[in-house]
Amino acid sequence: MEKLRRTMLFMPGNNPGMLQDAAILGADSIILDLEDAVSLTEKDSARILVREAIRTIDYSQVEVVVRVNPLDTEFGPQDVDVIARVKPDTLLIPKANEEEIKLVDKLLDKIEKEEGYPPGSIKIIALIETALGLENVYNVIEASRRTVGVLLGGEDLTADLGIERTKEGEEIFYARNKVATVCRALKVDAIDTPFTDTNDYEGLEKDTAKAKGLGLTGKSAINPRQIETIHSVFAPTEDELKRALRILDAMEEAEKEGKGCCSLDGKMIDAPVINRAACTVDQGIRLGLISGEGGAR
Amino acid sequence: MKITKVAKAGTLESNDILIMVKPNEFGKTELELESIVMQQFGEVIEQVILHKVQEMGIEGISIKAQDKGALDYTIAARVETAISRAI
Repeated sequence: MEKLRRTMLFMPGNNPGMLQDAAILGADSIILDLEDAVSLTEKDSARILVREAIRTIDYSQVEVVVRVNPLDTEFGPQDVDVIARVKPDTLLIPKANEEEIKLVDKLLDKIEKEEGYPPGSIKIIALIETALGLENVYNVIEASRRTVGVLLGGEDLTADLGIERTKEGEEIFYARNKVATVCRALKVDAIDTPFTDTNDYEGLEKDTAKAKGLGLTGKSAINPRQIETIHSVFAPTEDELKRALRILDAMEEAEKEGKGCCSLDGKMIDAPVINRAACTVDQGIRLGLISGEGGAR
Repeated sequence: MKITKVAKAGTLESNDILIMVKPNEFGKTELELESIVMQQFGEVIEQVILHKVQEMGIEGISIKAQDKGALDYTIAARVETAISRAI
């Protein structure tokens, strides 16, 4: 069963202590960052440190994602070449557009062949943080079969749009909608931008609920203290799980009786309701809240 | 292979190690190590540093290492970076 990406925790790539601790902080995915968290004079150092960390540290309980530098800089192609050879789970491609994704896909094809890794085993997440990337997000995802998700970068996007980034996030409403819809259509994960005030847990909860309400499937984090709050928002509640299981039971009964549709508590159960219930149950199983047979644990 | 200039890598933050390298005029490999865990792990740290120098095929190098509790992977990475910068 595919792993969840409720939280993706950014960790600076040139900090040995944080790289050592990254796996045990509770995030579903860790993003070892070679881009914004690393100064221009330390790019070489961070690249080698992250390579050695992936080779040495037991990251088997988390998804290891490495954010490389943009492909149009001197660092980006070197990052891909060095890091892909130690086989991270996924590369996060900043300022993603179709061309960048196609280029990374081609580089990964070559490296996987040279290293004897199964073709397509290293995945890609596109970081959408420009107006052009956002408007072209469908084609960005379609540019490579390796693409398993999109991460929305609210800070850079609003800078590109020339607008102010606020805590309330109204200015990224359209971007969240667009990313969530396209990702759902193409069946990949839609990861929300981080909430940058690491001391405001109430604000984080509201911001995460807003993203979930718009259809995003996870959220990036910039501090381990944010993980628990984000997970609590993305987990289905007990009531939601119970209702979803009742819907699926009602549907099964109706099918046995040869009925095309059914009702529950006086409300008609149709295909969208059934699909949503199936998604909720699937998430409950993946989180270990219910067993695979649907019974409560 | 020989290094041609002075270079350094790493930091003095905890879990890290600061490595400074320079060409050794007598063609020898010399290592000066300070560590907060010298008594417990001094020999192992020396081995990791010298192994990396050998692996990279470097001769004639003076290394000064100030360790703040770095694990092996960090030591190896910082030595490699310092040498790459010094070539």
